[in-house]
Amino acid sequence: MRLLKIKAVLVGAALAASTGALTACGSDGGDETDVEVKKASGLTGVAKELAEKGTITIGVKIDQPGIGFKAPGADAPEGFDIEIGRILAGALGISDDDITWVETVSDNREPFLQQGRVDLVIASYSITDDRRKIVGQAGPYYVTGQQLLVREDDKDRITGPDDLKSIKVCSVEGSTSLARVEDEYGAKPVPFATYSECVDQLQNETVDAVTTDGAILLGYAAEDPDNLEVVGDPFSEERYGVGYEKDAGGMCEFISDTLKSAEDDGTWATAFENTLGESGVETPDPPALDECA
Amino acid sequence: MSSSVLFDEPGPRARVRFRLYNGVFVLVVLGVIALVLYKFNAAGQFESRIYHRLSENGVITELRRGLVATLEAAGLAIAVALLLGIVLAVARLSDHRWIRVPATAFVEFFRAVPLVLLIIFLFGLAGATSPMSGWDTRTQGLAALVTGLMLYNGSVLCEVFRAGVNAVPKGQAEAAYAIGMRKNQVLRVVLIPQGVRYMLPAIISQCVVALKDTSLGYIVLYPEFLRGSRTVAQYAGSFLVTYLLIALVYIAMNSVLSLLAYWAERRISQRGRGAARAVEHVEEALAAG
Amino acid sequence: MEWFTENRHDILVAFGFTVEMVVIAGVVALVLGAILAAMRVSPIPLARGIGTFYVYAVRNTPLLLIMLLFAFGIPNLDIRPELHLGDAELLRLNVFFVFATAALGLYTAAFVCEAVRSGINSVPLGQAEAARAIGLTFGQSLRLVILPQAFRAVLQPVASALIAMIKNSAIAVGVGVTEMGFEMQKLQNDHPSSRWEIFIVFAIAYMLLVAIVALVTAALERRARIA
Repeated sequence: MRLLKIKAVLVGAALAASTGALTACGSDGGDETDVEVKKASGLTGVAKELAEKGTITIGVKIDQPGIGFKAPGADAPEGFDIEIGRILAGALGISDDDITWVETVSDNREPFLQQGRVDLVIASYSITDDRRKIVGQAGPYYVTGQQLLVREDDKDRITGPDDLKSIKVCSVEGSTSLARVEDEYGAKPVPFATYSECVDQLQNETVDAVTTDGAILLGYAAEDPDNLEVVGDPFSEERYGVGYEKDAGGMCEFISDTLKSAEDDGTWATAFENTLGESGVETPDPPALDECA
Repeated sequence: MSSSVLFDEPGPRARVRFRLYNGVFVLVVLGVIALVLYKFNAAGQFESRIYHRLSENGVITELRRGLVATLEAAGLAIAVALLLGIVLAVARLSDHRWIRVPATAFVEFFRAVPLVLLIIFLFGLAGATSPMSGWDTRTQGLAALVTGLMLYNGSVLCEVFRAGVNAVPKGQAEAAYAIGMRKNQVLRVVLIPQGVRYMLPAIISQCVVALKDTSLGYIVLYPEFLRGSRTVAQYAGSFLVTYLLIALVYIAMNSVLSLLAYWAERRISQRGRGAARAVEHVEEALAAG
Repeated sequence: MEWFTENRHDILVAFGFTVEMVVIAGVVALVLGAILAAMRVSPIPLARGIGTFYVYAVRNTPLLLIMLLFAFGIPNLDIRPELHLGDAELLRLNVFFVFATAALGLYTAAFVCEAVRSGINSVPLGQAEAARAIGLTFGQSLRLVILPQAFRAVLQPVASALIAMIKNSAIAVGVGVTEMGFEMQKLQNDHPSSRWEIFIVFAIAYMLLVAIVALVTAALERRARIA
């Protein structure tokens, strides 16, 4: 995830996510994708070691619906990031039971990789050059950017950031999202501590839009697809990648190859449809992968 | 009570007039209530779905968890606040300027700063300073909340303790000095034990304040009662109904505490008017901020 | 202090919103508080009951809960009041501002009521008796004898309530109002190295507002001094 250094956001989303726990009508991670558990050929280096070890620890978010979300009382988290994790583990011959999911928040993703507390990080982790100096990042497996969440009734009135003049837009205090819509598009900012509260206000009709990474918005739209919709093209760019310990041999190739096959054989698309796709949005084309250095 | 002296025992015509006023008042109030209920109904606030959801086990558990977190934070905060209050009070009563002046500055500062601001600042600080930054966010929130409450309530309690000590009849201190006790002993042996009686109601009142202020944990996302109930409200489908319910719970909790304070005040006042007045003085010191 | 100069406009606007909140809520609190106090000492039983109930309920509820009740609950009734008094940024009072200010005013009113009541009760019994003895009605004895004397006694507690209100206004940060508490939070996130500085400056700003109230109170006390 990008410049959201504010723990508030994450914890807030965590509590926001509890909404999903109580929402009877299938708050989702959705159905699980069928992942083939078969060790891929040609593994080298750390990837080979992991496959031989037979277990893997993956750092994920547990507080973002649709992306990485663990309902209170559930055994394992669900979401698009989790599905990607399962796909990668499958390619190492590691089944779901041998995956350990660890909660990571924005601030500890790099430290956890450096300390070896996790083998991979799949947590709405944006690829940036700065990060690539300390950890390895392969992918991207999803490209998103700042977008808008609006009520169904407003989707013709507000189609993108240019329609935001004087509109009350809600986002989490401190995120660059809020500052951007105010400074660049003339929106009236309404700051709350969590995205859930923003969505509450949207449903209460006291604000007219919520803005942040499209991936997060889709998660909320997935919980109330009849009323909420994500609109507009992304007006910033975030490329979610898989983090691994820097210079771990064989990892980048392994991750890129596995992601490519998943994209080619439709597993990637299925994973999307089962999670973020529940919002009703059309499944996008999988992104082009970066070259391994 | 002077309020009953403001008007004579009503004569027959006055009685009728008062009954008329009362009647008009009753009608107006009933009208307002009817309007509110109508509005509630029109907005679907009486749908049984809301109330069914609110009584589900999952919901009750969630609420109880929040309540426990609130009491946890409140208990911790009050305990450390009492300690800090005593330390500060002793410092403020000191004869040495180099102790007294900083203590006074400390107390005045933390009573003047808005508690919310303090908590937000501490939360941000916790996130940026190790070792706190390694803690999980719930603990960070709790730390910020409890520290903020401690600093504020500690300062207020300092004033309460000071007022309590000052409320002890002057003769006691004078006698103690006369038989050769030093300042330290006078405080410890004579003033504080007697002063505590006078401070008790004010201390309990401050506990009520502390309990209410734990709700500020909401802003730093500590999952206390108020924060937890947001999820419940969203689930149940009505913020209005849920939050009204939560308000009732807070009122009930605080009522119990206030009753304790009232009972304590009564028992102390029974010991004589002097004691009652002393208690009042302490409470005034409390109310002044 | 670059965080200050860079964000001067936003900081001043936030300060403006705080001042607006405090002034409006203050007026509401004073007026409503006085009415409630009158109700509580009046001869009409229902009025006394309502006044007592209101004060009791409000004093035992956290202010944040009341603000949340307004900001999240009242829209459930399809009521979303806004005030656009003009085009200037400070004059566009959005629904959250209205809710937060209303909640603040209604909350403080209970404390003002208690302050006024204690002031009325502090007037020696003999005054009220004498007023009755010369035949003044309830309204007259209140207006001509009790209140002028109570005024002096009332000043301190009412000032306390208003000072508490100024500090409480920062709680509005929890319901989306872009006032000083919010501004401080934003600045601390953007300029983490100046954390302490920012906190001290904002604390001083609030102390300034409090000092104004204290000064006005002191001036009023001097004027109301009886010989």
